Amino acid sequence: MDGPILSVRNLTKIFSRRGQPDVTAVNDATFEVRPGECLGIIGESGSGKSTVAHMITRLLEPTAGQIFLDGEEITRLRGAGRRRLYQKVQMVFQTPVESFDPRRTLGDGVGESLENAGMSAAAVREEVARLLAVCGLPAEFADRYPHQASGGECQRAAIARAIAIRPALLVCDEATSALDVTIQRDVIGLLARLRRELAMACLFICHDIALVQDFCDRVLVMHRGRIVERGTPDEVIRSPREEYTKMLIDSVL
Amino acid sequence: MTTAAPAACRQENRADGGRARLWAFGALAVLLVLGAAFSESLCPFDPYAQNLSAALQPPSPEHFFGTDRYGRDLLSRVIAGSRASIFGTILLVTLIAALGTVVGVFAGWTGGRLDAVLMRLSDMFLAFPGLVFALAVAGVLGGGLHNAILALAAISWPKYARIARSQTLAVRESAFMKAARLSGSPEGKIIRKHLLPNIAGPILVTAMLDIGTMMMELAGLSFLGLGAKPPAAEWGSMMSESRGLMTTVPWSVYAPGLAIFVSVMVFNLLGDAVRDALDPKMRER
Repeated sequence: MDGPILSVRNLTKIFSRRGQPDVTAVNDATFEVRPGECLGIIGESGSGKSTVAHMITRLLEPTAGQIFLDGEEITRLRGAGRRRLYQKVQMVFQTPVESFDPRRTLGDGVGESLENAGMSAAAVREEVARLLAVCGLPAEFADRYPHQASGGECQRAAIARAIAIRPALLVCDEATSALDVTIQRDVIGLLARLRRELAMACLFICHDIALVQDFCDRVLVMHRGRIVERGTPDEVIRSPREEYTKMLIDSVL
Repeated sequence: MTTAAPAACRQENRADGGRARLWAFGALAVLLVLGAAFSESLCPFDPYAQNLSAALQPPSPEHFFGTDRYGRDLLSRVIAGSRASIFGTILLVTLIAALGTVVGVFAGWTGGRLDAVLMRLSDMFLAFPGLVFALAVAGVLGGGLHNAILALAAISWPKYARIARSQTLAVRESAFMKAARLSGSPEGKIIRKHLLPNIAGPILVTAMLDIGTMMMELAGLSFLGLGAKPPAAEWGSMMSESRGLMTTVPWSVYAPGLAIFVSVMVFNLLGDAVRDALDPKMRER
């Protein structure tokens, strides 16, 4: 069997500000994601889930620890190395509308990574239309501005953007939290289908344990920056070991 | 539904009204600029031709604004002066907006020590009373319109640097900037394609509103003798030349004063219209 696509070792993030006490957002997190696997991270807001996502995508600088993607250490990648990293890892954000430049069309946003990969303008247009169709959006959405589309539509476009360069790992940072319950289901369905079709690994960050249940192969529970529990969704939900996990489950199910 | 429909309607009316205003004041501003560009052919008389026998004539059908103490036609001088006043101002505002934006974006984007140094520097400039400092700079550089523009530019860029920096800081953290990073775009491209268009609005509006202020300050420096030099036609220096005659020959001051008033007003109202038009929420859904 291949090695893990993502391997995180003793990852720690401490936010320090002058005149204020340090905040340890992530404390000694260690976990792996295998190729094609979907790992869920659940926890309440402030538990450090998003910080983990931002460090893996190099949008935040870790304080300590190491991150390996496909065997290569990416913990401190900068410049061109970091740009190359984004051919392997992509992210879907919590705020669908705000994740698109308000002054550019959705098509521009979806096609930007293709353009950077050196594709011609005409080919980008064609590919964007195909990607939007894959994500269940008509081609006309390529010419719409973010404020002309709903949250669900923008999130579909954001998923199209994320899969454009066929990443090996997709990080979904609360990708469904800002959406209506019915649309949440649609988006989860879309992600599940894409994951199968593209054989893509997924790091699914979510505060709703019910959503994680069907979608993820394994889950981690984070609490105050620490990973307090790990296992398959069934194990975690049926027989939680930690008091905190029980509370989290009781509050949803 | 019953409340939503009129609200939507009102918003549309506002958007329409905003666009009409934008066009109207835009057209007036273009007219002023064109007038300044073709001022030579628009003057009914030679603005520099003296005719002492026709000095200090009140407004008449022949001399619409009357004549000054050398018998020069004031209307012609106001038209000729529009070139220095309007183009000088536009050049000045373009200069400070560009310089301030570059400094502000640089400071906001890189952050850290450089940011602190640049911002303290701009604080120092902002701490001086503007026109007094400009007077000092113009005094050191010597008179003339070019030096007046340089003096005003030296004291006016920090405002733009502040705006550009705060906008950069706000936009830099937004989700779409992270998405742009994730698309693999290099930083230069992100700044050009995503940052600048999103911070341009407030800077452009400030620049439009500043045209009026700068026109007055430029005229002010000329009035004080540190801008355009007589006999060159420039509104501020024209007012200065005639200020002794204000009580006896008021039209000689009114003519350039009215020109300043009208131009400042047109550019201010255009600035307002641009601000409203650039508000993304006012755009059609």
